[in-house]
Amino acid sequence: MPPAHNGAGGELAIRARALTKRFGDVVAVDNVDLNVARAQVYGFLGPNGSGKSTTIRMLCGLLLPTSGDIEVLGYRIPEQAELLKRRIGYMTQKFSLYDDLTVYENLDFVSAVHEFDRPRARRRIDELLDRYWLGDMRKRLAATLSGGQKQRLALAASVLHEPDLLLLDEPTSAVDPQSRREFWDSLFDLVDAGTTILVSTHYMDEAERCHRLAILDHGRLVADGSPQELMAQLPGKALLVESGSVRQAQAALEGFPGVIAMAQIGAHLRVLADGGATRERIAAKLHEAGIEAQVAETAPNLEDVFVAATRRPERDAAAKAARA
Amino acid sequence: MNLRRLLSIVVKELRQLRRDRLTFAMIVGIPTMQLLLFGYAINLDIRNLDAAVLDQAHSAHSREIITALGETHVMNFKYRLDAPQQLDDLLRAGRISAALVIPPDFERRLTVHDRVPMQIIVDGSDQVTQQAARQLAAMPLAGVLDPGGAANPNQTAGNVEIVNFYNPERLAPVNTVPGLIGVILTMTMVLFTAMAIVRERERGNLEFLIATPVSPGELTIGKVLPFVGIGLIQTTVVLLLGTLIFHVPIRGTLLDVYLSALVFIIASLSLGVFISTLAQTQFQSMQIAFFTFLPQILLSGFMFPFAGMPRAAQWLAEILPMTHFIRLIRGIMLRGAGMRDLWPELAALGAFTVVVLSVAIARTRKRLD
Repeated sequence: MPPAHNGAGGELAIRARALTKRFGDVVAVDNVDLNVARAQVYGFLGPNGSGKSTTIRMLCGLLLPTSGDIEVLGYRIPEQAELLKRRIGYMTQKFSLYDDLTVYENLDFVSAVHEFDRPRARRRIDELLDRYWLGDMRKRLAATLSGGQKQRLALAASVLHEPDLLLLDEPTSAVDPQSRREFWDSLFDLVDAGTTILVSTHYMDEAERCHRLAILDHGRLVADGSPQELMAQLPGKALLVESGSVRQAQAALEGFPGVIAMAQIGAHLRVLADGGATRERIAAKLHEAGIEAQVAETAPNLEDVFVAATRRPERDAAAKAARA
Repeated sequence: MNLRRLLSIVVKELRQLRRDRLTFAMIVGIPTMQLLLFGYAINLDIRNLDAAVLDQAHSAHSREIITALGETHVMNFKYRLDAPQQLDDLLRAGRISAALVIPPDFERRLTVHDRVPMQIIVDGSDQVTQQAARQLAAMPLAGVLDPGGAANPNQTAGNVEIVNFYNPERLAPVNTVPGLIGVILTMTMVLFTAMAIVRERERGNLEFLIATPVSPGELTIGKVLPFVGIGLIQTTVVLLLGTLIFHVPIRGTLLDVYLSALVFIIASLSLGVFISTLAQTQFQSMQIAFFTFLPQILLSGFMFPFAGMPRAAQWLAEILPMTHFIRLIRGIMLRGAGMRDLWPELAALGAFTVVVLSVAIARTRKRLD
C-alpha cells in the first residue's frame, strides 16, 4: 500500500531520478531529475522536441523509461502505474475526447470509466458544466466546439474524478489569449483545492505564472527553479539598445564576443550579454560602427532565461564543430 | 473487468455508430446489395451467348440443326456468315463467344461417318463459356443427325441424364445465399472491428483512455460487443431476403443457423481485433483486412469446390474460419443437418477464436510504446 498523504505541506508529488528515454539512437529525455512539490503549478518550458511530452508520458506510466526511477504520489512508476491512474488526470496536447459525442455524452462516458454511479455522475457533470461555462453546450457535438471550449471540456474531463495530480501537455496551444487567461485562472482554482499541476508550455507568459519551472532542451534539464530565481540567477545581463537604425545595430553586434542573443522588439534591440560584453563595450562597438544608440541595462525576463539556457549547448556544439 | 465500465463503452460505441450514417447504412446496405447482386447478376448458367453461324452446307438438315440449337437459347445466333475469315475476326474482336460451323460436305459426313459432322468454336478465354459449349455439344441431336434412326426410341435413352440433388432447378441463389451470409459477415465484422479499434488510436482517444483505469480487455470487448448485434442483424437481413426473394430453403433449425452465425461472428471479430494490433492507421487496417478476405472467399468453398483445390490450398482453407462456416451453413440450410453432424466445424471455429484472440490480447499493451 502506498503511504497515506494529506495532500498538503512540503511533500513531493513527483520525484524522478536520472530519468532517461531513448527511441533507437535518439535520446528524447536525458538524465532528468525532477522534484515537484504538492499543490503547486510546476511548468515545463522548452522548444518543440525538447522532451516535454515524453517526460509527462513517462510520469503517468504511458511510456516505459529506458532508465531512471520515478515516484508519483508515492507510487513507483511504471510498476504501480495502474494504481496511479485512478488519482491522476491527463490532458493530452491534441483533443483526445470523442468528436462525435456531445459534451454531455463525453463527460458521461468519462464518469463511467471512473466508476461513478448514475446520481453521482449527474451531479458532478452538472457541477463541471457550470464551472467551465459549458452549460449551454451540453448537447453540442464536441467537433463543433471552438478551440477554447474544447479545451475547457478536456479539462473538465481530466478533473472529473478530482485527481490529486493533473498533467497537462501544452494545453493552450490551440487557444486564443483570452481563453488562455481564463484557463489559467481555473488551474489556480484547482491548486487552491490542493491539486498538483504539471503543465508543459512554450509560452513565456504562462511559464511566468508557474510556481516553479523546469527548462528542457534536447531532453536535458537546463534550468530548474521559480521564475524569479531563474531570472535573478541569469548568468548574463539584459541590455536594451535604443536606436534609429535597429537593424544596422543588430548587424554590427552579430558575432561580437559575449553577445548570447539579440531580438528586435519594436524600435529596440534587446541584447542578452554575458561577462565579456558590458554595456560600455557594446556602446563603444556601436559608436565605432557609426551607429547612434543608447544602451541601457534592463531587468531580465523569462525569455532571456530561456534563451540563455537553451542557446548555450548549441553554441558549444557549433564551436566544437568549428574547432574540429 | 468492471461491468459499468464495459457497458459505458458499449453505449459510447452505439452513440457514435448512430451518428456515423455511412457505417449505419452499410450495416443493412451491404447485405441487401450483395444478396441482390449474387442472386440475380451472378448466374453461372449461361444464356444468350453471342454467337455466329457459318453454314456452308445449306441443306435441310443443317437448317434444322441451327434451329434446334437456337431454341436452347444458350447461343444467340446474331451473325450468319459466309466465309471462315469473318468468324476469326468476330471472335478476336470479342463480338461473339461461340460459333457453329457446318462444313460444305456436311451431308456426306453424316452418312459416311468418317469425320465429325460439325464444329462448335468457342472463345476459350472464358472458362464458363467453354463449359457451356461442351454441354451444348452433348445435346441429343441424334434425331437430326441420324435420320435413319429417328424412329428408334432406344437411341435417345442412351443419353446421360444429369440429376441435380438439392438444387434441381439449378437455381444459383440456393447455393450462393447461405454462403453469402459468410461473405457478408467476414467483410463487415473483420473490417469494422479492426477499423473501430484502430480509429481510437489514430484519433488520439487512446492516449486519454490509457491514462484512465480502463483495462484493454474492457475496451476491446466493449467496442466489439455492438458488432455481435450488428452481425446478427445482417444475418437476419440475408435470411429474410433470401427466403422471400429467392425462396432459399432453411431445412435445418433456425436455432442452429443463428448458433453457427454467432460463433462465426465471434471468430471474425477476433480476427478483426488481431488485425487492429498490427495496424497503425485505419487505412492499414483496411488493407490487412482485405488481405484476409481473398483467401477466405476463394478458398472457403464459396466460389470454387473445395475438392478441386490442391492439397496445400485445402490445408490453408482449414485454418480459415469461413471454410468451416460455409460447411456449417450449407449443411444446416440446404441438407437439413444439425449440430450432431456438424459439431467439428463449430469446434474448429471455437479453436480459431481462442488462438487468435489470445495472440491479440498478448499483443495489446496499455502503453504507447
